[in-house]
Amino acid sequence: MTLGSKERTGARAVMEVLLAEGVELVFGYPGGAVLPLYDELARTPIRHVLVRQEQNAVHAASGYARTSGKTGVCLATSGPGATNLVTGIASAYMDSVPVVIFTGQVPTRMVGSDAFQETDITGITIPITKHNYLVKDVEELPRIAKEAFYIASTGRPGPVLIDIPKDVALALCRASLPERVELRGYKPTYQGHPGQLRALARLLGEAERPLIFAGGGVLASRAEDYLRQLAEKLQVPVVTSLTGLGAFPEDNPLALGMVGLHGKPCANHALMECDLLVGLGVRFDDRVTGALEKFAPRARIAHLDIDPAEIGKNVRVDLPLVGDISCILQELLPLVAPASHGPWLQRIKELRNLYPLTYGRGGEVRPQWVMERLGEMTRGQAIIATDVGQHQMWAALYYGYTEPRSFVSSCGLGTMGYGLPAAAGAALARRDKQVWLITGDGSFQMSMAELGTAMEQGLPLKILLFNNQSLAMVRQLQHFYYDRQYTAIEFTGNPDFVRLAECYGAEGLRITRQEEVVPVLARAMGNDRLTLIECVISPEEMVYPMVPEGAGLDEMLLPE
Amino acid sequence: MKRTLSVLVENRPGVLTRVAGLFSRRGYNIDSLAVGRTENPSISRMTIVVDGDEQIIEQVGKQLNKLIDVIKISDITDDPYVGRELILIKVNAEPAVRGEIMQIVDIFRARIVDIARNSLIIEATGDADKIDAIENSLRPFGIREVVRTGKIAMLRGAKTRGMEASGNDTGE
Ligand SMILES: Cc1ncc(C[n+]2csc(CCOP(=O)(O)OP(=O)(O)O)c2C)c(N)n1
Repeated sequence: MTLGSKERTGARAVMEVLLAEGVELVFGYPGGAVLPLYDELARTPIRHVLVRQEQNAVHAASGYARTSGKTGVCLATSGPGATNLVTGIASAYMDSVPVVIFTGQVPTRMVGSDAFQETDITGITIPITKHNYLVKDVEELPRIAKEAFYIASTGRPGPVLIDIPKDVALALCRASLPERVELRGYKPTYQGHPGQLRALARLLGEAERPLIFAGGGVLASRAEDYLRQLAEKLQVPVVTSLTGLGAFPEDNPLALGMVGLHGKPCANHALMECDLLVGLGVRFDDRVTGALEKFAPRARIAHLDIDPAEIGKNVRVDLPLVGDISCILQELLPLVAPASHGPWLQRIKELRNLYPLTYGRGGEVRPQWVMERLGEMTRGQAIIATDVGQHQMWAALYYGYTEPRSFVSSCGLGTMGYGLPAAAGAALARRDKQVWLITGDGSFQMSMAELGTAMEQGLPLKILLFNNQSLAMVRQLQHFYYDRQYTAIEFTGNPDFVRLAECYGAEGLRITRQEEVVPVLARAMGNDRLTLIECVISPEEMVYPMVPEGAGLDEMLLPE
Repeated sequence: MKRTLSVLVENRPGVLTRVAGLFSRRGYNIDSLAVGRTENPSISRMTIVVDGDEQIIEQVGKQLNKLIDVIKISDITDDPYVGRELILIKVNAEPAVRGEIMQIVDIFRARIVDIARNSLIIEATGDADKIDAIENSLRPFGIREVVRTGKIAMLRGAKTRGMEASGNDTGE
């Protein structure tokens, strides 16, 4: 630590770290204990986005991080400000999103005394952060802040929280920013083990029906180009997880789309028939595997991930390979010979024909059809943020993702209310892209106050709200598993969403008939204002395919 | 299957909470956990005895490794090591039975560290079997209170479990 560097407050030192890390944008909500940080933030060129509730600051930072590839940053006060963050942090943790969160804390001499607005936020967030800190000595603050960015963005990314007591933020700090981060307990493995790499090349050479299963890890390590090269060189079809949407372009002939509980029929069948499954940056979540004992029964499984703890956690693995997906694929490519896998691709073609993704055409406006039209009209090039529910699955199944980092959704935690703030974060990260939010009336009402944030920030978001006056995904569960006893799923007090949008000074549009779909979508695409489209649909829609509890992936329920 | 893990961690507040919380959260069975400073004041060593099948033990190791404050984990179960626990036993001891108790204390090479009118405190160290045995032998006299540390362990010979490169094994 270089002494003699000029003294400044701890809060100022934090700003120095933010500037050194290239932070341009911070999402937050102020309060007494965090004011020293706000006071210094105002003296920097860093832009502050004032959200309407702290949870949404983390969601917005998450949407920003996922679409920009940079680390998102949040700021909140102690006590209720900090506890409001919890769902946001847990959501980011489950989806491995790099976010650094600063919270104000009561002064050190009061910590532990149940002071006004005191909560043990480091204690609360241990299980949902990659790491967290309670800073007691201001001289440690520059090191800790720098470490936090390093930890959040390297290895398997994730949220890191720093709790800073008010007096620490105000205290004078002489320590300068360390040049490098030295963490003896944290050394992620990037390079793949050469022996294992050769073994993987061998397995790929032997396989007759290989299948790649790509997840969020591909996007996190920016490996999408290597993935495409590998798939094309070996002619291996690719399925993705929900988080992995966009990792492989769905207009590629080798793309089979999403796999799992609501996966595409052909993707699920391919997974059950393959003889080698190569998991890339996935964690074999229970929503993907269906009944574990029935999962990929004919396949040897190779699992590539930067987090060793994911390997062997859920499924048995024949070939483990720890490392960064980009590094590994780059090294793997020259080790494999081009292949054609003719019979297997022939079989895939058959599967596509035997098990198309379908939905009934009857009734009024079909949400699946709407998502298909939106995919066509934006040529799969918009950024799609979603909430959680049936609409999320339609957005995943029917849009057709062609670009990496174009799908933003709470996949692992399934957090309703994620969509609007995440879309706002995405729009702030990607001014060059149109950002669509696909939401439901339930989810939207969990965070619709963020319309104010989006308006303030001048974000031309396009919001497609499927209004079924109900929590239809829950209704679907009650339909299948609770004898159609529908309880606690109906909304009778919904606002008029079109007028709600207008209230905020946004444009409000409504779709009630199929003929209106294309013109209304076109109108929204063509304007540069925040536009909310309420699309009225039936609460009786179902998400198909659906793998029933305890079933294998090839035992999907399909529409009649 | 019981395994003994020797875990080097940063000597910082909160580390024990992180480790203990990990075990309860993930449902791992912890038999005992003992922690103390090492020859390097910035590092503590935890000796953790866990119970679980091979897959669970592997997960325990990997999950522990993910904690930033964990520097190194060694499963020393199959290496030659000295393992010790300390026990303090307060036992009823009417004058008439004191001789008998003292014989037991001698046999186990334990020590009497406090004498009251009707009770004694006995201190013993040893491996878990010995500690169990002495506790069982004293039970007939009436045990009033027992305090037991968890196991601490050290490899035999000159070998040390040093602070070499940290733990992200390649997973082979
Ligand atoms: C915060 C939160 N609470 C509850 C749930 C459980 N849940 C999952 S989907 C769903 C219904 C979502 O309703 P809506 O947003 O209207 O979408 P729809 O299914 O109708 O398309 C609920 C309540 C959840 N995922 N998140």
